[in-house]
Parts: sequence; structure tokens; C-alpha cells
Amino acid sequence: MSTTLAPAEVEVEQPLADDEAEHDRPWVVIVWNDPINLMSYVTLVFQKLFGYSLARATKLMLQVHNEGKAVVSSGNREKSEHDVARLHAHGLWATMQKD
Amino acid sequence: MFFSQQIVKRRDGRFGLRLREGERMLLRSLYDDLADLLADPDNPAVRRLFPPAHADPESEQQYRELVRDQLVAGRAKALDVVRATLSEKILTAEEADAWLRGLNDLRLVLGTRLDVTEDTDFEVELDADERGRELAVYTYLTWLQEQFVEALSP
Repeated sequence: MSTTLAPAEVEVEQPLADDEAEHDRPWVVIVWNDPINLMSYVTLVFQKLFGYSLARATKLMLQVHNEGKAVVSSGNREKSEHDVARLHAHGLWATMQKD
Repeated sequence: MFFSQQIVKRRDGRFGLRLREGERMLLRSLYDDLADLLADPDNPAVRRLFPPAHADPESEQQYRELVRDQLVAGRAKALDVVRATLSEKILTAEEADAWLRGLNDLRLVLGTRLDVTEDTDFEVELDADERGRELAVYTYLTWLQEQFVEALSP
């Protein structure tokens, strides 16, 4: 009996496990390079919004500038949307996606 | 032309603002224009102020429903603060922050319209007609915003 039921259990549980993994998978917030926002302003915004040190904020800003984008924060969907909205309020080009 | 610092942090935590009357008049007219444009947040001229958050259209729609009104209201509020303090010689930290973001919004809207890129040669193009005049305004805003960034940096 147990041997015939086992596959059915797996089939039922598998999608649930997938859903949970999907739900827990963190989101990352990405800031993209643009030609208008000042490098000094972007650094200041990272310090102000995320409490990053000048060194960390500068490093992220340079990554945006030199590589075209940088991950500036991560977390669940709600937190990431909040971060993106605050970046948008400051005029930065920010998007979010699953890690 | 502009040798002294226009905005300086004071010991009491507020900010001294030294702008000439012509600069204040220019800013007033630019902010009046921006307020008119923001009356319709779907206007293509201010699209750059509301970038997409998601590549997926459904998620993007949800994001917009969630935060779009807040973003529009936040900008309107900051704009009100700036326009109400355009004649002031001293700004509170909160007012100075609104100025910083307001200047950035002006540059984003004007820079997008002028199609400013990292290769734009301001020295050459400043000589050219109407575009040159607007680039001169853009350059002035950049210079003023740099000073706000410096004064407001921790």
C-alpha cells in the first residue's frame, strides 16, 4: 500500500515545495547607469536611503558607472518594492528581479 | 561667474542659501513649468521621473498601482516646499533635501528632452541657438546641484 501511495504523495507535494522556494527566493534591487544623475548625487542617495558608509556607497556608484548596473539591496518582494520606490522618488533608474 | 559657495551648511544644522535674484527667477520659472508638467504624470515629458520597476508587465502593473500615487504626491509635496522657499536665505535640512531632489528632477526632465548623453560636449554645443541656451540652463542646474550634494553629504 505504501509503495503505491508514495508516488502520489510526491506528485502532490512537489508543486507546494516549488511554491515555497519561489516565495522565499530573494529579490534584488538593481540601479542602472544613466547619463544625467550625478555620481556624487548617486553616492549620497545610497548613503541616505540604505545607511551605507561613504566607502560602500562610492563602490556601488562606481560599479553602476563603470559596469552599467549594480545590485544595491536585496530582500523579500515587499522590501524590494519599497527600496525601488524610494530610489524612484530620488530619480534613480532602479528595477527589481528575482535573484 | 560663480566663485563663492551658493549653499553652505551652518553650525545650527540649517543651510545658508546665497542665490542672486536672476537665479531665483530662473528657478521659479523652471519649477512652474515642472509643476504644470506634473499635473499630468502620464505626460511623456515627465516619463523619466517614473521608471519601470519590473520587466514583467503584470508585476509592473501591480507596482504602479501600489506606488504611483505616492510617487506623484511625494514629488508634488517636494515641489511645493521648493517653490515656497525660493526667496529664502536660510533653509532647514528638510527644505534643503527638497531642493536637492527638485534640482535633480529638473535636470532629469531637461536632460531627457535635450537627449544628454555621457558624450555630450557642452563646451561646443553651448554656442548653438536654442539648444545651446537650454544646455546652459542644464549646466547651471548641474553646478547648483553639485553644491547641494556637497553641502548635504554626511
